[in-house]
Amino acid sequence: MSGLDGKVVVVTGAAKGTGRVHCQRFADQGANVIALDTAEFADELQGTAAQVRDRGRRCVAATADVRDADTMSTAIDAAVHQLGRLDVVIANAGVHTAGAPVWKLSDETWQHTLDINLTGVWHTVKAAVPHIGESGGSVVIISSTNGLRGTANTAHYTASKHAVVGLARTLANELGPQRIRVNTVHPGAVATPMVLNQATFRRLCPDIPNPTEADAAEVLKARNLLPVPWVDPVDIANAVVFLASDEARYITGTQIVVDAGLTQKV
Amino acid sequence: MGRLQGKVALITGAARGIGRAQAVRFAQEGADVIAMDICGPLDTVLTPPATPADLDETARLVSDTGSRIVTEIVDVRDTDAVQAATDRGVEQLGGLDIVCATAGITSREMAMEMSENAWQTMLDVNLSGVWRTCRATAPHLIERGAGSVILISSIAGLKGLVGVAHYTSAKHGVVGLMRSLANELAPHNIRVNSVHPTNVDTPMIQNDNVRSAFRPDLEHVSREEFAEAACSMNMLPIPWVDAVDVANACLFLASDEARYITAVTLPVDAGSTQR
Repeated sequence: MSGLDGKVVVVTGAAKGTGRVHCQRFADQGANVIALDTAEFADELQGTAAQVRDRGRRCVAATADVRDADTMSTAIDAAVHQLGRLDVVIANAGVHTAGAPVWKLSDETWQHTLDINLTGVWHTVKAAVPHIGESGGSVVIISSTNGLRGTANTAHYTASKHAVVGLARTLANELGPQRIRVNTVHPGAVATPMVLNQATFRRLCPDIPNPTEADAAEVLKARNLLPVPWVDPVDIANAVVFLASDEARYITGTQIVVDAGLTQKV
Repeated sequence: MGRLQGKVALITGAARGIGRAQAVRFAQEGADVIAMDICGPLDTVLTPPATPADLDETARLVSDTGSRIVTEIVDVRDTDAVQAATDRGVEQLGGLDIVCATAGITSREMAMEMSENAWQTMLDVNLSGVWRTCRATAPHLIERGAGSVILISSIAGLKGLVGVAHYTSAKHGVVGLMRSLANELAPHNIRVNSVHPTNVDTPMIQNDNVRSAFRPDLEHVSREEFAEAACSMNMLPIPWVDAVDVANACLFLASDEARYITAVTLPVDAGSTQR
């Protein structure tokens, strides 16, 4: 897509899942990549970096926890220094922990999710945006269908994903004069370990003793307009790359849903 | 007979502003009130703090209507204190039917320059505080087998405003919390909605900090000069709504008149979000 050749993008949560695919797709478009993730996933992060380099692009991979503002700043400052510029920010890092009804949710569960999914996004933006040059740039925040509607037992996750929409809307106002666009992307179920795990299968199929991926797929498919159980990470990455490209040059302050129709099904 | 006759309402941020208006308006309609407020200053907040005398004045105004009131000085950031105060109030007034999570703060800074402390204090009060209020009160509503929960968000829960990224994030987060909670509590016949006021004529906006944000051209901004600038936010030709306008919307949502309304975001905004 247009205008990404030679640009630099920073991606958080880049070690695996959708974050890794963002990095691959940006590299495919000719962008160089700053790939960030926590130290826990340092090995996987090197795998992401290798995939970017296999595509003939530069990659600076660094471990930093989005909860730690100082470390984020240091890591991004150093990486931008190495790659010479910054144009695109993809705030992708997030967690989806097991929930409970609101009145049984623990302080730890609530705060852990807010710290990563909300404050972590703010830290990312705060550390990265000052590096974006005068020609402008694009910030894409990965929210969720839970950023647009609520589901039971997910108050911590849903609150954090709604909150980043507010953050994006404010940032779009504040950064518009500098030609920096800010948008959110809202995936439904994505075929990553965050969804494809035994705990999720059991939650989706409470009546089946040992539910398989196929059992879970049936349940999820019934929730979507399109006859698919989930979307692939590349479908999210495609929307993200579009928003980051010049093809979306006048799109800011909006929400793009990539959910196979989940949020519109009646 | 009052529209809330025999009901008990718990209200946070009840010392003044919207919270006090809710307490008084609900009491006029027959509800007894559990009124909570921090009654003190918060770090990073420039608005002059509510005081114990403010909460006493709310109590006097409620008592004048003939309704009962229990007051508690409590910080919504303190899980245990919120739970204990809730349990005491429910014990004294014999149950709980209505919850208004109204306690909230504001401060101003551009997102890129904002301090960690301003961000975190905002989330702790305006988002996590609302959740703590819900968590402490929901079991009492479930026990009752019915109820109405009203979360005070803002127009900043529906759109972005400049210079308040933390506030806008928290107020959007409240909508997410509301939508999840509405799903969870519906089987218990409990409704959950959010209310989204534009500027309200309370101490939260009537201070130099907010006034100068609207009129950066002036050194000292009078109420009239602020009003002139504030009109530009709204569709209707008014600078702000009164606290009682917000209280009236909450009263409707709390009453049986709204018995099938849940998971709704209700603006009381003079058209501000549609402009």
